Amino acid sequence: MFDSFLQWLESTSPAVAISESSWLFPGIESVHVVAIALVVGSITMVDLRLLDVNLRDRPVGELTAEILPWTWLSFAVAVCTGALLFASNATHYWGTVPFRAKMLLLLLAGLNMVVFHATTNKSVEVWGTQAHTPRAAKISGGVSLSLWIGVVTFGRWIGFV
Amino acid sequence: MLDGFIQWLGATQASLVISKVFWIIPTVQIAHILAISVVLASMAMFDLRLLGLAGTRSSIATLSRRFMPWLWGALIVLALSGSILIIGEPKRALGNVSFEIKMGLLATAIAVTLRFQAILKRDLASGGADLAASHFGVAKITGLLSLVLWVGIAIAGRLIAYSG
Repeated sequence: MFDSFLQWLESTSPAVAISESSWLFPGIESVHVVAIALVVGSITMVDLRLLDVNLRDRPVGELTAEILPWTWLSFAVAVCTGALLFASNATHYWGTVPFRAKMLLLLLAGLNMVVFHATTNKSVEVWGTQAHTPRAAKISGGVSLSLWIGVVTFGRWIGFV
Repeated sequence: MLDGFIQWLGATQASLVISKVFWIIPTVQIAHILAISVVLASMAMFDLRLLGLAGTRSSIATLSRRFMPWLWGALIVLALSGSILIIGEPKRALGNVSFEIKMGLLATAIAVTLRFQAILKRDLASGGADLAASHFGVAKITGLLSLVLWVGIAIAGRLIAYSG
């Protein structure tokens, strides 16, 4: 059932165009890499703030309000370009370990973010302006940074299998 | 001459080790990508500020102090990891048109950054609290140029894998 979905995906006209063209895949992949770099780089700024390493003079709430809209914009571009790349050879990608690992880590990064926003971030007005971030914030930041490094690692790895 | 250099470099002990040990090139590439992420995100935030589109709560001087150390630090990591990749696979990059474009864009981006930093430094030295208002036009041009250049560098870098 899922296999036939993947086969259908590969047979759609954008997917066929990408796999038959000599420049569409590299072109879309380049945009995908730039978008992911912006996502990871901007999240790293926030994570390092949560870890008390960087930008300690900035209130956390102010920093996230400034950076995260750009992160989401880049993430949207990364998802769209990634979906196109995936569609061009869906059956192959779905069968590889690094692709599945990358999706799993993305899911965990999202979960980590949801938990942070539902718990620690609720009181960001209180601790976000203090000299040191609470342990819960440090854990969220550390987990996020590790997961995103993993996403980049497995993402690059997809190209090697 | 370049062909001779590529052959010589490819035959060195260092090149053989880098290309034969299966995990070195992927690992160094990942470090290279992570450092590019730092550069792109830092410069995007700084350039958007120069364009007046983000971070306008902080002064240009403050953001410059915040982001420039990350740019130079990440560029050192990029130069080191990039050199390892070239030594391991000299034929892949040297003489590759995407690589040449990437290096040209990189030299331009560094020149644009240094030029703007010099202007900012002069304005601060002459007693201003931030970039002088007369230089806002320069700031906008710098922001746009820098943004295009760094994105172009990342794209040209990815395309090295496809062009010859």
